[in-house]
Amino acid sequence: MKWLATIVIVASFALPPFFAGDFYINLASQILIASIFALSLNLLVGFGGMTSLGHASYLGIAAYVSALLTSRYGFGHGAAAMLSLSATVVMAALFGLIALRASGLGFLMITLALSQVLWGLAYRMSGVTNGDNGVAGLTRPAPFGIPLETPASFYWFVLFIAVLSFLMMAIFVSSAFGSSLRGVRDQPRRMAALGFNPWLIRWITFVYAGFWGGISGLLYVYYHKYIHPSALSITSSAEALLGVIAGGSGTLGGPVVGAAVVLLLKNFASAYVERWNMLLGFVFLFIVLVMPAGIVPGVEKLTARFRGKRS
Amino acid sequence: MQFWIIQGLNSLSLGGLLFLLSSGFSLIFGLMRLANLTHGAFFMLGTYFAAVALRSFEGLNIWITALGVGVTVAAMGGLFERLVLRRLRANPLGQVLVTLGMSFIISDACLMMWGGDSIPVPTPRNLQAPTRLFGFVFPTYRLVLVGCAIAAAVVLYLLLERTRLGAMIRAGVDDSQMARAVGIRVSNLFTMVFALGAGIAGAAGVLGGPILSAYPGLDADMLPLALIVVILGGIGSLPGAFVGSFIIGTIYTFGTALFPELAYIILFLPMIFVIAFRPQGLFGRVIA
Repeated sequence: MKWLATIVIVASFALPPFFAGDFYINLASQILIASIFALSLNLLVGFGGMTSLGHASYLGIAAYVSALLTSRYGFGHGAAAMLSLSATVVMAALFGLIALRASGLGFLMITLALSQVLWGLAYRMSGVTNGDNGVAGLTRPAPFGIPLETPASFYWFVLFIAVLSFLMMAIFVSSAFGSSLRGVRDQPRRMAALGFNPWLIRWITFVYAGFWGGISGLLYVYYHKYIHPSALSITSSAEALLGVIAGGSGTLGGPVVGAAVVLLLKNFASAYVERWNMLLGFVFLFIVLVMPAGIVPGVEKLTARFRGKRS
Repeated sequence: MQFWIIQGLNSLSLGGLLFLLSSGFSLIFGLMRLANLTHGAFFMLGTYFAAVALRSFEGLNIWITALGVGVTVAAMGGLFERLVLRRLRANPLGQVLVTLGMSFIISDACLMMWGGDSIPVPTPRNLQAPTRLFGFVFPTYRLVLVGCAIAAAVVLYLLLERTRLGAMIRAGVDDSQMARAVGIRVSNLFTMVFALGAGIAGAAGVLGGPILSAYPGLDADMLPLALIVVILGGIGSLPGAFVGSFIIGTIYTFGTALFPELAYIILFLPMIFVIAFRPQGLFGRVIA
């Protein structure tokens, strides 16, 4: 039954292009991309207990490398994707080495500082990154010769990648390694006493999360066909973190719901108010003060209570 | 030679400014174990207040402005601590997120009030004339700024080491449970220190105004500098903030002058070095 339900749900995700307008299909693509990004951040925040405020680095690096390679150096999309993902993984490995010297708030501050450095570079190294103008005029890839120019085809492409990455991350956290990761989050000293290497477990998770952040970055740049330093900004990292916290960190469904909520809010709110950043700030205050556990655990608690009453 | 001396002075004045910015951050972190991401926004608020005050009242003294703005921002910080942060005492992650949210609100409010163009803050008239020393010409205001930072360092040092309040703060930093047990109201100290840190940031924003001018994104420019300074110097350490500020001020100034595109990378090299070999920072203690 559970499998059937899962298949039905996944299949229903494939349906929107048959009845929805282009605007909503594009919105759905953006939600999926933001979900991958939030899920990858959740590996760190929820399952690893490492709150990063610099996750936009990996999205930004992958997006910028791909954009520059395809537009300026004439690389094909396949090679550019491989190279940009490799660059992202190398970057995550380096940043992990630095940031994991600290834990808790120190880790948060170092990830924030590192990502601000990248943001500053994207702005100031205008010879390479085109600075505040961003890199425009990009193309979408055509995997196996299938063009992705229409909203529907691009949506299905993103959906395929999103399902794949959701599965890969679900396997990651439910594996034996995932259990040891949760062990390191809750009881690092006991885990060390049992012979695990907490540092290595954290570092591998950090790099793995960076990789999926890079995947979402590629999709991000394919979708927008444009990249601007703001993709690397603290706002971008903070939106993802808000998605994770709002949805419920440490759950698999939470970041998806949270990312969808943040993106919908951003889209619909920006139609009425100009001040997205201010609204984002108030949502932060609201979530932390009123719903600290997040939407998904909150709803789970409600349904559990409901079921408890019936049985 | 002229280049090195002028840039050297610029390094000192930026270092002084960074000390004014990061000392408050460091104080707050030391006592409250709270990474206050609103700090850059408090600084920016100070700069905007200064721009408005000094441009609308001709001949207003910048020192009085700094004092007034410092008190105003301190009051805002104190209120924020009382009304919001206090509820989240047991939730450090929540506190960080709330300060981040607050910084978004403040910076967007500034953008809404004062628009997207940068607003220059006038240099005080009696400090506009350059100073001649040993045959070189220096902008007087920058010299005065260095003096300010040193004065602030001395005052903060005396406050922490030589007064009753400072002794209570140090007790709270070392062992807040024990401090409570002997009758120190640590929660009142939290409000005071948060307000003090916010106030210093606001006053620093005023004093930095004539050099930086007020523009949207000033907070996002200053916050990472403060983070790098305190990570380098040791989080919660006043001497660490002092030394770290001048190191970062020097590296940033010469980096921007010599390799403008790479200044940001050069800036974080010392931080990586320190994290690799001395994770607690130059003057930091290992937090038990």
